[in-house]
Formats: sequence, C-alpha cells, structure tokens
Amino acid sequence: MSTPKRTPDRALLRDAVAIAAAMIAVGASFGAIAIAYGLPTWVPFLMSTAVFAGGAQFLAVGLIAAGNPLAAVFAGLLLNARHLPFGLAVSETVGPRLRDRLIGSHLMTDEVVAFTLAEKDPARRRRTYWLIGITLFTSWNLGTALGVWLGGATGDPAALGLDAAFPAGLIALILPSLRDRDTRLVALTGAAIAVALTPVLPAGLPVLCALLGLLTVVRPRRGNPATSDQTAEHHTKTEEAPC
Amino acid sequence: MLIAAILTLAVGTYTMRLSGVMLRDRLELSDSLQRLLPMAAASLLAALATTAALMEGAGFAGIARPAGVAVGALLAWRKAPFVVVVLAAAGTAALLRLAGIN
Repeated sequence: MSTPKRTPDRALLRDAVAIAAAMIAVGASFGAIAIAYGLPTWVPFLMSTAVFAGGAQFLAVGLIAAGNPLAAVFAGLLLNARHLPFGLAVSETVGPRLRDRLIGSHLMTDEVVAFTLAEKDPARRRRTYWLIGITLFTSWNLGTALGVWLGGATGDPAALGLDAAFPAGLIALILPSLRDRDTRLVALTGAAIAVALTPVLPAGLPVLCALLGLLTVVRPRRGNPATSDQTAEHHTKTEEAPC
Repeated sequence: MLIAAILTLAVGTYTMRLSGVMLRDRLELSDSLQRLLPMAAASLLAALATTAALMEGAGFAGIARPAGVAVGALLAWRKAPFVVVVLAAAGTAALLRLAGIN
C-alpha cells in the first residue's frame, strides 16, 4: 500500500484519543470503586501502574475487598494468562532490543494487541503498538487518579454504556483479520467455546479455552505435504477436545 | 499482605507478558505454526469480546449491553470509523438503560 502517510496517522491519532477517553472513564470508575470498597488510596495507584490490566484489577479489588487476597492473585493471574500467547504474536512488533522488550511488554493489553494486529505493515505496526500502549498506560492511570480523587462520586461505567463500548471496539479491531477464512473459523469457534464455558469455569479459563478453536484448522500431518491444497482443507475437521 | 498480593499479581502478569515476547526467538516455529499465532491472538480477542458482550459473571448480561455491542459491530462491519463504533455502542446501551431496559 502506498497511501500517503498523513491521513492514516491522523486516523490512528483519532482512534487513540477515542480509546484514551474511554480508558479515563473506566479508570476513574476503577479508582472510585477501590476507594468505595474502603481500600487504602495507594492500592488503586499501585495496581494501575504495576499490574496495568483492567479486567484483572477489577476482579482483584473485588476479591481483596471480600477478604481473599490469595484468590485475587490466582484469579488475576489466570485472567492474564492470555498475555503469553499475545506476547508470542506481537514479539516481532515489540522489536529485538532488550530495552524495548522490557518496557514494551508492560504496555501489552488486549486493546494494544488488537490495534497492532489490525495493521499490516511492520513499521506501522510498531508505531501503533507504542502509540496506543503509551496512550493507554497514561490515560488508565490518569483515570485512576481521577476516580480516587472524586471518591465514590463517579462510579457506574454501565450508566455511560462503557461496558458495551469495549467489546464493540475490540470487534471493530479484529474484523479485518476475520476476512481470512481460516482465522474467521478459528475465532468464531473459539468465541463460541468461551461463551459456552463461561458459566462453568472460573474467570479467565473460558477465554483461554478459545485457543481450542485452532483445532479447526490444524490437521494431522501425514503423507506428502505438497498434496494439501486449499479446497481439501476443511474436509478434515478435528474434534474439539474437552477443556 | 495486601501489598504482597498486589506485587505478586503485578510480577506474575509482567512475567507472562515478557515471556511470550522473549520466548518467540527461542522457539523454532515451523511456518504453519507461525501462521497460527495471529489466529490464536484473534481467537482470544474474539472470545474476550464475545464473553464481555454477552456475559456478566456466570450469567447473561441482559439486553442493553449486547444490543449496544451489536449496533457497534454492525457499524464496524459497514466500515464506520472506530470512534463512531465505540460511541454508538456506548450510546445505545446507555439510552436503553435510561429507558429502563437493562
């Protein structure tokens, strides 16, 4: 693609501002909720800077407030286990330098990965990763501070519909990659597995089980690999393994 | 105890993020396996989006949120800008709730 650089970059900046605004609002509700639970002021700050994972933070403050910090750690780690496969997928984008990897890894969130994978060109991918990563880290912490400052005054992100904004944003970001037939099959199967398992498994596990969707495109390798052609690909669907 | 819990969560999360990034070079990945990585990420994100859209804890999230997400997804499919998708999803859910539909 030889599109002029200015326009797409402006579009990226606009998207960054949009997601930053949403992050400030959700971060504020996180800060406010943590304070409303009666936790010390430093708790939301430490979490937003050191953990920097929205879902795990909400889950953890709930469990800590319920008097179960051990469960908070386990549930939070389980919820964040998806970052390992994310890391494998964006490793090349983060770059080969150790310094970049040490800092870049901390900026890894669902939104950053989704924004990054939506870009094709490696240079643009790299810029997207860092721009969105730094934007999200800043706005998330700004939001947290705002929420702590406002105390329990703000609160419910649902009243603003923010709970619908995030899944919709993620869908918008992954839609281009779903144009590929295999990816679409994997993603739809994975999503169905995750939804079906959500009522029965602890938080975090159902999403990880979405990796089982890969079985729909993995075929047992036998015979001459040169004979495998596109049309024969979907005739051998692997059974879904129980989770 | 509280600070230990938070730091453990932080270190554990960072370790998982970093190990994916660092392991990538050490793993000798075949071409077909390399092709699966972006698919794996897309699948995780799709699962995350779908469960976040439909489920609240172990149960159904109600009407307003999935309806908002559906409006957003439709606009995204019609190639609307990201900002519009996010605002329309949030606006729809918020308006439905304002109207008493949860």
